Amino acid sequence: MTPLLSLQGASKRYGGVQANAGIDLNVDSGSIHAILGENGAGKSTLMKLIYGVETPDEGEILWKGAPVRLTSPADARRLGIGMVFQHFSLFETLSVVQNIALIVPGTQADLSRRIRALGDEFGLAVDPAAMVHSLSVGERQRVEIIRCLLLNPELLILDEPTSVLPPQSVARLFDTLRALQAKGMSILFISHKLEEIKELCDTATILRAGRVTGRVDPAAHSAKELATLMIGRPMPPPLHPTPHGVGEARLELVGLDFANDDPFGVSLADLSLTLRAGEIVGIAGISGNGQQELAALVSGEIVPGNADCIRMMGRPVGDLGAAARRQMGFAFVPEDRLGRGAVPEMSLSDNALLTAHGRGLVTRGFISREAERAYTTACIARFDVRTIGPDAEAGALSGGNLQKFIMGREIMLNPKLLLVAQPTWGVDIGAAVDIRQRLVQMRNEGAAILVISEEIEELFEICDRLHVLHQGRLSPSLTTQATTVEQVGAYMIGAGDHSA
Amino acid sequence: MKLTMIRRDRASRAAMFAAPFIALALTILSSLVLFAVLGKAPGQALYSLLLEPFLSWYAFSEVLLKTAPLLLIAQGLAIGFRANVFNIGAEGQLVIGAIAASALPVWYPQGDVPLMLPAMMVMGALGGMVWAGLAAGLRTRFNANEILVTLMLTLIATQVLNYLLLGPWKDPMGFNFPQSVMFPDAALLPILLPGTRVNVSILIALLASVLAYVLMRHRFSGFQLLVGGLAPRAASYAGFSERRAIWISLLLGGLAAGLAGAAEVAGPLGQLQRSVTSGYGYSAIIVAYLGGLNPLGIVVSAFLMSALAIGGDNAMVSADLPVAAVFVFQGLLLVYYLAALTLIRHRIQVIRPDEKAIP
Repeated sequence: MTPLLSLQGASKRYGGVQANAGIDLNVDSGSIHAILGENGAGKSTLMKLIYGVETPDEGEILWKGAPVRLTSPADARRLGIGMVFQHFSLFETLSVVQNIALIVPGTQADLSRRIRALGDEFGLAVDPAAMVHSLSVGERQRVEIIRCLLLNPELLILDEPTSVLPPQSVARLFDTLRALQAKGMSILFISHKLEEIKELCDTATILRAGRVTGRVDPAAHSAKELATLMIGRPMPPPLHPTPHGVGEARLELVGLDFANDDPFGVSLADLSLTLRAGEIVGIAGISGNGQQELAALVSGEIVPGNADCIRMMGRPVGDLGAAARRQMGFAFVPEDRLGRGAVPEMSLSDNALLTAHGRGLVTRGFISREAERAYTTACIARFDVRTIGPDAEAGALSGGNLQKFIMGREIMLNPKLLLVAQPTWGVDIGAAVDIRQRLVQMRNEGAAILVISEEIEELFEICDRLHVLHQGRLSPSLTTQATTVEQVGAYMIGAGDHSA
Repeated sequence: MKLTMIRRDRASRAAMFAAPFIALALTILSSLVLFAVLGKAPGQALYSLLLEPFLSWYAFSEVLLKTAPLLLIAQGLAIGFRANVFNIGAEGQLVIGAIAASALPVWYPQGDVPLMLPAMMVMGALGGMVWAGLAAGLRTRFNANEILVTLMLTLIATQVLNYLLLGPWKDPMGFNFPQSVMFPDAALLPILLPGTRVNVSILIALLASVLAYVLMRHRFSGFQLLVGGLAPRAASYAGFSERRAIWISLLLGGLAAGLAGAAEVAGPLGQLQRSVTSGYGYSAIIVAYLGGLNPLGIVVSAFLMSALAIGGDNAMVSADLPVAAVFVFQGLLLVYYLAALTLIRHRIQVIRPDEKAIP
């Protein structure tokens, strides 16, 4: 049987980076085909080749056996290829049907009818008249999928579709995808989550460093074997640190309220939590439920004004700015590295100065270049930052390396209280494990750590306790060892009180 | 076919250095054509514009005289520009500085106290700081855009100057000209080069350049300003105060402009006149950017702009160029330089219809 889509020896190079090297790929009609690989393995580039965003330097793309040249996504859509991106491309100020009418021809009344019909058939319920900004992430994803389906594709590409979803919504998405498969559609499912792929996909093509390292039936292999193909060695074992005694309170939120001026931002209501020395507390939840606001309030980038609603090291700090809080022993690794955690145009040395200026890098107002360099060099060495040296511009580092640098810079401050937002976003598995180990080690040495993360598995691995943030409200404290992923998932979609 | 700009991985240092010279060469080529079309002898025009300022000791001394205020103001403005605080109203701060400095000799025309001159300089600097401080206060308190506020304050400053010169401060013996009394000797800056009008303000400007260099390269407070300009969210993350950056930027800019105003009335003018608003405050913006906002580069660009201004005056007289042609020449220089800078940081890529840009 001729495969629906076939790539033969596809290669793509960006400057000095070989993103894809001689990729062979066959996607059969009616199959759910996984593309498995860690960050930077070349998954996104491969999808861009298939969707016409990029053209391959070498190699051929065949559609139903005939060579095709895809030079734009419009070409791909004309052939019958649809794609749902990881980051949605919807206008928040328009309604669902208006967003869809921008791409799909037809009157809004007609489209609304078809949206409802598709929703009933494939479990993609969404109100066509709803405004996009009022929709949950899961609903927005459904809008994206519906928008693709209305163009009658034969191949649907989904890029890391589950990374933004709570566990319950994942099961629902899988039902939808199986229903589409039953109708004869092919699906390319991109992921780095092994269990999902074993559950859903018939075939998996595994990428590592731009090359195919395996073509397997995922159900027939263990997660361990898949991981070995994906990262080149067995998956490191999870940490699950042993509980130990905790000390005094280092961070207390006492009924913290925050009314957001930004109409598309999230307001926080009545947040209360206590974080003690020697423990890691996680904030679970899907991004966009108030995580950014919470981080900025704790870091002092937003000053709520009311002193008593935030306490650090036992002192009220709600009226203090970021600099004053840092002087008390607070450190922070933000989720956005470029432009916030680091200045892209400045050298690593100067980026060390950004927050480590209190560590003898400045004497009587003058910058000590030697001290700055020494601190930076130590950070690069201790945290295995791959770079040409302290003079490299921060913007030239890969996301994972820059994250290691910022993490190292903040850890070397020996903070009493550390806030880390999305510690392993865009970081490869080896570095992610390393970062988690450092956090646990700091906790064992008596630091108090607050971790905000979308990855539930990560939080379960390192946290002593968890709170879930949903629509600006915090769940009660959950002890990690006595809680299941499902319970956390229920809080993530606001159903905690019924099922917990 | 489509053209697109793509940011280079790294800007070449050699190209950065060559850019002003390339811009100058292109300006000369374009103006040759322009002058020829105008029916003026292009050779004579360029000779007056570019060479005459350096061919006589008198012309050269005038270049140095004009360099001082341009250099001083540009150093002050560049600090703010690097912190993303755009003080466009140095002209108004210069006028207020000139007025504040003039108050002493106007009120004590017979004063012969050695302290008169230093007191005038302090008054001038304070005047400029107050005028710029108004913009800083409005920006930090009400988030009023400092570009508009400083620009509008310039118009007000000019009217204050007119009021004083046509009313209370008009020289009673001055044949009704809008100007103050002539200042006593104690209120005049010492001449640096005998036989010329060059006074010690050029030394003040050079000292300011050294201080600006130290601030931006070696002081932590300068680093904080740079971070605020390059990545405001990183400054907020590190706890560097934006209000402080706005105040420092505007106060330093106002200080420099006010001091330059004081040096004008205590220097070549010798009295408060309307011609104190001769556009130094605006030209200094160009000087700051031509110098790459770099304290060393600004020393060079201030000298160059001053020479062009003197050359422009010459060309109007000896080559009969209209004043607009001189402005076009100076404008071309700036446009070519900014274009060269853009091409140093970006490359142009041609996209054929069947291709996509490589990001």
